[in-house]
Amino acid sequence: MQLRINGTLHEVDVEDDMPLLWVLRDELGLTGTKFGCGIAQCGACTVHLDGVAVRSCQTWAIDAKGAEITTIEGLGTPDLLHAVQAAWLTEQVAQCGYCQSGQMMQAASLLLENPEPTDQEIDDAMSGNLCRCGTYPRIRAAVKRAANLMQEG
Amino acid sequence: MGRLKTIARRTFLIGSAAVVGGVVFGVYTVRKPHENPLTAGAGEAVLTPYVKITADGITLITPRADSGQGVYHVQAALIAEELDVDLDQIKADPGPPSPAYWNTALAAEAAEFMVPAAGVMQDMAEGAVNSVMKVIGLQITGGSTTVPDQFEKLRLAGASARETIKALVAEREGVAVTDLTTASGAVILPDGQKIPYTSLAADLAGAEVVQDVPLRDPSQWRYLGKPMQRIDMLAKSTGTQNYGIDASVEGMVHATVLMNPAQGGGMADYDAAEALAMRGVKAVVPITGGLGIVADNTWRAFRAAQAINVTWEDPSFPLEQADHWATLEAAFTPDAQDSQKRNDGDVDTALSDGEVLTAEYRAPYLAHAPLEPVNAIVRVDDDRAEVWTGTQIPRFIQANVSRITGIPADNVTVHVQMMGGSFGHRLEDEVVKQATEIAMQMKGTPVKLTLSREEDMLHDFPRQIAMARMRGKVANGQVEALDLGIAMPSVVASQLSRQHQSAPGPDSQIVAGAWEQPFAIPHQRVTGYRAQPLAPISSWRSVGASSNGFFYNAALDELIEAAGADPLEERLRLCSDPLARQTLETVAEMSGWFGIGGLANGSRTGRGVALTKSFGVHCAQVIEVTDTGSGLRIDNVWAAAEVGRVVDPVNFENLMQGGVIYGLGHAMNSEITYTGGVAEQSNFDLNPGMRLHQCPNIFVRGLENGDRVLGIGEPPVPPAAPALAGAIWAVTGTRLREMPFSKTVRFV
Repeated sequence: MQLRINGTLHEVDVEDDMPLLWVLRDELGLTGTKFGCGIAQCGACTVHLDGVAVRSCQTWAIDAKGAEITTIEGLGTPDLLHAVQAAWLTEQVAQCGYCQSGQMMQAASLLLENPEPTDQEIDDAMSGNLCRCGTYPRIRAAVKRAANLMQEG
Repeated sequence: MGRLKTIARRTFLIGSAAVVGGVVFGVYTVRKPHENPLTAGAGEAVLTPYVKITADGITLITPRADSGQGVYHVQAALIAEELDVDLDQIKADPGPPSPAYWNTALAAEAAEFMVPAAGVMQDMAEGAVNSVMKVIGLQITGGSTTVPDQFEKLRLAGASARETIKALVAEREGVAVTDLTTASGAVILPDGQKIPYTSLAADLAGAEVVQDVPLRDPSQWRYLGKPMQRIDMLAKSTGTQNYGIDASVEGMVHATVLMNPAQGGGMADYDAAEALAMRGVKAVVPITGGLGIVADNTWRAFRAAQAINVTWEDPSFPLEQADHWATLEAAFTPDAQDSQKRNDGDVDTALSDGEVLTAEYRAPYLAHAPLEPVNAIVRVDDDRAEVWTGTQIPRFIQANVSRITGIPADNVTVHVQMMGGSFGHRLEDEVVKQATEIAMQMKGTPVKLTLSREEDMLHDFPRQIAMARMRGKVANGQVEALDLGIAMPSVVASQLSRQHQSAPGPDSQIVAGAWEQPFAIPHQRVTGYRAQPLAPISSWRSVGASSNGFFYNAALDELIEAAGADPLEERLRLCSDPLARQTLETVAEMSGWFGIGGLANGSRTGRGVALTKSFGVHCAQVIEVTDTGSGLRIDNVWAAAEVGRVVDPVNFENLMQGGVIYGLGHAMNSEITYTGGVAEQSNFDLNPGMRLHQCPNIFVRGLENGDRVLGIGEPPVPPAAPALAGAIWAVTGTRLREMPFSKTVRFV
């Protein structure tokens, strides 16, 4: 089947029910999207389908067909940071960093939908993304910083 | 070697060695240096390498593994501070596993564990253990030891390398060394001309190393003590950081395992016919305690594993959780006494009359559960093996792969990968053993083994289960006597048994975080009881103190309540250590301490306080909780820790906050329990720790009054649970004596 990922069309030969996560990681080598739990409980595998955050471990490949799939590699790069990534860098959010791809994808999706989230809305949107190192105070700060950056354009 | 005798009073000696295209600088310890692991041919010197300079660039060898605590960054900063290179000019490389990177600070901890004596005996014991550890070659990351161990060594390596470079340039250019300066990886001549270190690589290979370079005064530091951008932060903010699970080797296959869900139990029989017929499945092979499933894609391997029918055998430990607790209950006997490291005053007489308070406390098994599931790539050839994995114990891995394959350890190469968390989980190497057993059955093919979350959590050797019994007494509004007994299986013995090592003597972790607390209660005794081995257990962030910090502070709180005293004021009154006192006074000031508030004061908001000394660090916390009517909410945490020197304030704050969250989240929400010998919690739905919506504001301060530089990875964990329990008591009147607290109260 054909999947459109970060603006590029990829031909993959996979089962309909292979989770998008494993298509990205093992078939296409896009390893920025992380495997954490496999049951949509940690959010490490979060990607966008048409701008909306989904858990790629619970999204069948066939269901991503026809959608614009965005992964962390497509959000921004070290040379051209997305506002969320710039905020994550300035706030020095990461410890081990393993959950942060998913955190940033979740935050980017939130800000696309809601450019000025309240504290409560940030908590509600981000609580599905687990961080075992406990970087939550910095995640909250970075989401707010990113919102400001995006407002400033 | 003859020279060593004359410099025996020194701790370190700097050396250099030629490597391909350049030179490495490093540090000997004075006793029997190990062979230099970075040698690349004949005629080379022997040293412990830390700085490698070649025409291609400057590499800082950072032998302590990074599981998220930023030690690559901190180690690089320590070298760069003296070498005069910019942090963005250098590469950090964990280096090959080598006994030359042995961990001095951990040896000191181990000595404490083996010989519970002080003074001269202690020093002698440390010497002995250092020797033992050098033999074993413990290149371990753990016990918050990286910073204390490397604080001097790495700066010395950087300073010596810098002065050696300057001496070479001075001679070549005919100028005085004192007329040269260094900056951004270059020597600057009096006329302003810059000579990059990298251009000198070849000439440096034969240069005599300048010794005894004085370290810069902290007032001159450019990096240390100031906010820095961690060297891994850009990669970790863009999804471009590679972890072990992202590693790729030409020609590799993907594998997973299906192990007996009851830890350590055997496999009686299996039927893999259905799995073998599934798309992409290449092989199903028996390994110790289970099966390896090899496929062309990780998910196909996971799916095939679910299609295999296995008859498992029972494990060697009790099948039901109640029997684990019963084992601990039965361990409070003279026969099971492991240590009695504190016995002040006359506890028996003090408790022989009057009103004696008693209480019992429990701490459950806990999974480490770092977010990156454990994984490893192993390739076994006829005469050599190669391993790619995120690990805190590369030397043990080398030995274990050698033992399994019969290949000499020198021919086993370990490529240490960045870790997606550990919390002690990657002090174990079962995944490497499993991958090696699979790779043995398909020689020449790299096998990438990734565990599913369920396999990982079911086989996560958990934190020790532990129990404590307190007897105590108060008099005249003061705490008068505390008799605390703690029972748990030995985590050190369990862990070392998997590395074919034994641990003679008492296990100080059974009482760590309790016996050495800085409170001068007139009659005070702390007794450790070693319970029979139960489920296999492992070091979990802050180890013994993770349970004992709760036991000790919770017991103290009950006595303080009985005395009618304020929990912070009475701790200050009892405090016997000026560093601990300053730490308590700091959190009192930060929080504007006005007492516990809560029910007794007509408020729905209340406070608790705790202080635990662990890993040499005094860490105090005040926690504020509100009873919202629809659950308890943690509003604020004020945390202070005495670490001697804060090496990187940003990283320090992040690690402190993370440690508080780790301590709170598990105390609130998590446990591992066994039924039928199998852990009942196998994923984050049943074992979440803390999620963002439960996270309080956390205010952090680092104190620098002590004369030792100490690490901060573990010390914030132990005081979090008891400070929370104190606050919950203030707002509910309920004493929490068992973790997780969610068994008793409801959180928002």
